Amino acid sequence: MEKPLTQHIRDDRRPLSLKAYEQVGGYQSLRKIMKGMAAKEVQKLVTDSGLRGRGGAGFNTGLKWSFVPMDVEGPKYLISNADEMEPGTFKDRILLECTPHQMIEGMIIAAYAIQANESFVFLRWAYKTAASTITRSIHEAYDAGYLGKDILGSGFNLNMHLHTGVGRYMCGEETALLNSLEGKRATPRAKPPFPQVSGLFGRPTIVNNVETLCCLPPIINQGAEWFKKLSLTGDAGTKLYGVSGRVNKPGAWELPMGVTLRELVEDHAGGMQDGLKFRGALPGGASTDFLVEEHLDVKMDYTSVAAAGSRLGTGTVVVLDDKTCPVGFVKNLEHFFAQESCGFCTPCREGIPWVEKILNSIETGAGREEDMKLLDFHTKYLGPGNTFCAFAPGAMEPLQSALKYFRSDFEKHIHEKHCPWDKATVTNLNTLNTLAP
Amino acid sequence: MPTLYIENKPYEVSSGKNLLEVCLTLGVDLPYFCWHPALGSVGACRQCAVKVFKDENDKKGRLIMSCMEPVTNNQRISVVDEEAHEFRKNVIGWLMTNHPHDCAVCDEGGSCHLQDMTVMTGHAYRKFNYKKRTYTNQNLGPFINHEMNRCIQCYRCVRFYKDYAGGRDLDAFASRNQVYFGRAEDGVLENEFSGNLAEVCPTGVFTDKTLKAHYTRKWDLTTAPSICQHCSLGCNIIAGERYGSIRMISNRYNGEVNGYFICDRGRFGYEFVNAKDRIRTPLVHGKTVTGGEVMKKVLESVQQSRFIGIGSPRASLESNFALKELVGKDNFFLGLSDVDHQLTELALQILKELRPSTMKEVEGADAIFILGDDVTNTAPMMALAIRQSVRNQPNELAGKANIPVWHDAAVREWTQEEKGPLYIADVHVSKLDDVATNSFTGAPDDVARLGYAVAHALDSAAPAVTNLSDIQKKLVQEIAKDLLNAKQPVIVTGISSGNEQVVKAAANVAAALRKKKMNAGIVITLPECNSLGLAMIGGRRLKDAFNIMEQGQSDTAIVLENDLYRRGNREEVDGFINQCKEVIVFEHTNSPTAQKAHILIPAGTFADSDGTIVNNEGRAQRFFQVHESSDAMKESWRWLAAIGTLAGKGRGREWENFEAITNAIGLDEPLLAGVKDVTPSSDFRVEGQRIPRASHRYSGRTSMHAHVAVSEAKPPEDPDSSLSYTMEGYMGQPPSSMIPNYWTPGWNSVQAVNKYQVEVGAALRGGDPGVRLLTPDPNSHFRYFQQVPEAFIPKGDRLWAVWIHHIFGSEELSAHAASVSERIPKPYVMICTSDAAAYHLEENQLITIEMNRQSYELPVKISSSLATGIAGLPFGFVGGPCSELPGWAIIKQ
Repeated sequence: MEKPLTQHIRDDRRPLSLKAYEQVGGYQSLRKIMKGMAAKEVQKLVTDSGLRGRGGAGFNTGLKWSFVPMDVEGPKYLISNADEMEPGTFKDRILLECTPHQMIEGMIIAAYAIQANESFVFLRWAYKTAASTITRSIHEAYDAGYLGKDILGSGFNLNMHLHTGVGRYMCGEETALLNSLEGKRATPRAKPPFPQVSGLFGRPTIVNNVETLCCLPPIINQGAEWFKKLSLTGDAGTKLYGVSGRVNKPGAWELPMGVTLRELVEDHAGGMQDGLKFRGALPGGASTDFLVEEHLDVKMDYTSVAAAGSRLGTGTVVVLDDKTCPVGFVKNLEHFFAQESCGFCTPCREGIPWVEKILNSIETGAGREEDMKLLDFHTKYLGPGNTFCAFAPGAMEPLQSALKYFRSDFEKHIHEKHCPWDKATVTNLNTLNTLAP
Repeated sequence: MPTLYIENKPYEVSSGKNLLEVCLTLGVDLPYFCWHPALGSVGACRQCAVKVFKDENDKKGRLIMSCMEPVTNNQRISVVDEEAHEFRKNVIGWLMTNHPHDCAVCDEGGSCHLQDMTVMTGHAYRKFNYKKRTYTNQNLGPFINHEMNRCIQCYRCVRFYKDYAGGRDLDAFASRNQVYFGRAEDGVLENEFSGNLAEVCPTGVFTDKTLKAHYTRKWDLTTAPSICQHCSLGCNIIAGERYGSIRMISNRYNGEVNGYFICDRGRFGYEFVNAKDRIRTPLVHGKTVTGGEVMKKVLESVQQSRFIGIGSPRASLESNFALKELVGKDNFFLGLSDVDHQLTELALQILKELRPSTMKEVEGADAIFILGDDVTNTAPMMALAIRQSVRNQPNELAGKANIPVWHDAAVREWTQEEKGPLYIADVHVSKLDDVATNSFTGAPDDVARLGYAVAHALDSAAPAVTNLSDIQKKLVQEIAKDLLNAKQPVIVTGISSGNEQVVKAAANVAAALRKKKMNAGIVITLPECNSLGLAMIGGRRLKDAFNIMEQGQSDTAIVLENDLYRRGNREEVDGFINQCKEVIVFEHTNSPTAQKAHILIPAGTFADSDGTIVNNEGRAQRFFQVHESSDAMKESWRWLAAIGTLAGKGRGREWENFEAITNAIGLDEPLLAGVKDVTPSSDFRVEGQRIPRASHRYSGRTSMHAHVAVSEAKPPEDPDSSLSYTMEGYMGQPPSSMIPNYWTPGWNSVQAVNKYQVEVGAALRGGDPGVRLLTPDPNSHFRYFQQVPEAFIPKGDRLWAVWIHHIFGSEELSAHAASVSERIPKPYVMICTSDAAAYHLEENQLITIEMNRQSYELPVKISSSLATGIAGLPFGFVGGPCSELPGWAIIKQ
């Protein structure tokens, strides 16, 4: 099984230096394009490879690049979105900490494809190890002539800067990331105009996820067809999947796109811990709809997960077991979203804290019948298009699916006026992050 | 024009607009908060949702925010769609989760946009039963009250204050449902336009603190259309009265003049009307007398003496004209300092030949050159217009990238810090310099020289300037190029510098430009609200009056609403007053001149008068009496006409009301012929009714005077206009020049103005108010001013003293308002860093400055932005220098 993303990661997880990366074939793809591939050819190759954005939206990467106007004067920007803050998600961290040069190489390729001369890594503040790794690696790349002026004699120039955020989940949304990078409040922007046309400082800009960028060197090296064939399904490539929750071996693995949820949970994560049963899972981070037992054989790719009523998202699964209260589980998520709302638009700013309060009230036995209607109402009206960006709709996904699959549990709380899960004997799953590897 | 289908009915609508704008224009009510016609859309509040359908077969549709959606041809939307309606209702529901429901004790209650929108959406029952979030409020200074708990986070305040008005000390802080709008810490809001927050805020977060000090519900105010008296721009305002005092000034929309906003001097300066030391009763030699007695006394005086009349640039055309009529043409003096007299007449001469720009045109200009006028402080709203103009060129580029101009955040993102051409030449760096392309700091003569040189660069027929430095030459070329490349360039100057060369140079630039671009315009700001009107009436110099009195050719002076100590120095004015056998003063606000009057007659302020004033672009505008004063205070013209009648002088006999005078003015002064057309005549009626000053919700009428008499007195009748003093009258829209307040069913806040416009954000129905008296022939031949001044050479032992203007303190009347007086800086003498070093002066050091034999002791203010060889003194401060400036000053330590 080929693992183009993680094959070079050492067992001790120490990052590959530039030299070590070069020894395993690093920067060969860059040499290849600098020798004679036009920007448009790179775009076409990546479009043909079927690579879809690994940040969660799953948009065709090459196609996204193609919206950048190539004939404009003035700067263009390429940004690596390394602000990984989706609860339950820890896949980019591995790449950032262990194979920094693969992302940097990917960034240079992407920048070349849109002819951008400035690039930024927007890194989550808490990834301190990654920050020092990336800083060192950028220096190495400059010294080796992969960054800076006239890269590999091609005449192409690229600067790269590391920017560490201040810890706002909102900055993972690409337009809020741009505002933050400009020194403004991290609020999203209305689209259109899209960042490809008016992005950072009003200039054409591409924001790509770390994992997406890491896919680029292998695609350049081995071609579009090879990349497609890595997958078990119609969505190309491999994917860094992860599992957290009370399974035997929580972790992250690079697997062919399209493995089933069952394989992930039962084979790779070693199944549920003793005495626990699988009740459901968020397939791609906190802002995705629950999948339940009937979905265990769903293929974990963009198309299949969507067909099952959820989203592949980041591909990192958060498992809910039968000894954990689903209401408490969702409440915990909504607390996170209420805290992280940027406060720009009304439904998100006022709606999610309300939802959190209702869930808290249900969980503590003070729920009322009408609270169910209010929750349903919020899942309906905090939908896409009603709010300014995708934040609130994402926040509603776990709630709406919990109301669908675990409705009786909610009602039980209300009728019995307490949480049926006995907290004295069963530890509540309070902090998802503590279970991350 | 695109066709828009609303509920399957086709409408022809304007292109380039968003759906919200066109719906409001069509009269389709949609609730909104974050959108503002002058600020554009950002899509934050989600209140204006409608359903949009792909085509006629699409029954499902999707929700969109109408403010963020451009109108396209054959677009199909539904406003009444159940889901859209439900969503809008719930947006209010969300907002109400944290809004305190304190309407009963909120200043905004009853005139609150949030209340109106709540009713409009049908939200009535609260489903949220948890604790509300609370905030700590800030003390924001004397103008604005802060009550953050009411905030609905529409972001309008910061978008106006920071983005539109260039303020730097108000911002959005924190995030999620704790977003906070305020300053980094308690303190005075520094921006000159902070008062607009009270109108921009859709609820009661930012409210008028001066109204709070003598609060009354806005619907209980008796309001009249009025004109701001505190600078020459003539911003349209609404003045409101209750229990005999003026309580509030708010904006009155005039698309050509001030649009949606007014400055803080205009909004808060009104309290001079209520001042404790306001002149309320006639005084003869310090003794209070009745109106009849004073008339008798004046009549005696008039019949026995050889008298002269001194007019005023802050009195109405009617009052000045009535005085001129009483004293005779040869005995009428304008009442301006010598410099002001000369420069005001020069301004009028120029404006008769060149094209005076309206403020709207300035806002729409794509290149501006300011010469020697700190507009932020002399004519603040002009500065606000100029601040918008620098966005025009960049916005055009955004338009080319298919970003509609109303898509505010996207336009700002696209244009970044790009600014269109704005050049400023003045003696010191001004607040507008932060958006200027380039600026020049120099002595007034050097500012003028730069202007002359630009005119020459544009047209070689204009006189050339020699001995310019290389930097100046380069700047001249840069300015000339940008002005030539512009489609609608405007030259801005004013007479505040006291330097005629500056004004002449500006005229040369505008004239040279007009040869190439027919629509190039000029703005000349003037010191007072009716400066230009006074010049149009015409009269002799004040200096001549002083001479006449000294030579004994006259013995009595009638002074109309004028403090002569602001027109000449102490010595001169004292001498003049001492020479007079009798000084008769018509005045409303206490002043050194009023205190020396032998006979003091209480005049009406703008609030208790009808009058016409002419703004700096030659627009005649009418202010209406807000209420009948209970005291003996009357309009000066009414007093003067009565005196004339009794004395058998002039045409006073024929002037039974306001209109008779305006007609007479037009007959006498051809330039002022348009004055009679400013508003409909006093017998104008709509459906047989007058237009009510009081709103139909006015309360307390039968009880408010019950402590005096239990029966309700007959309301006064207004002989001068077709407004009534009560709530009775025509409820629909009055003519645009006489809108006493904005109201339409369901719209109780200032946002009701949408309903009075032809199209949202455009002209008022019936046209924007005012009659432009100056319409120069674009083909007329302008003779360039030829005398270019020599370059300024600092003298070793002295400095050239010039005025520094202050929005608060430099204007006479507003300085009497309690709130404004808190914002007046302490007097000073400003000296540049290098001169301070040469004179060994330190900050705040007390020095004596001597000018024209008068000396003043003042603390030093060292400035890095003042030109070398210059001393700056605050204009118009009580007890400070006056007609000594501009001139040479000797510094003594």
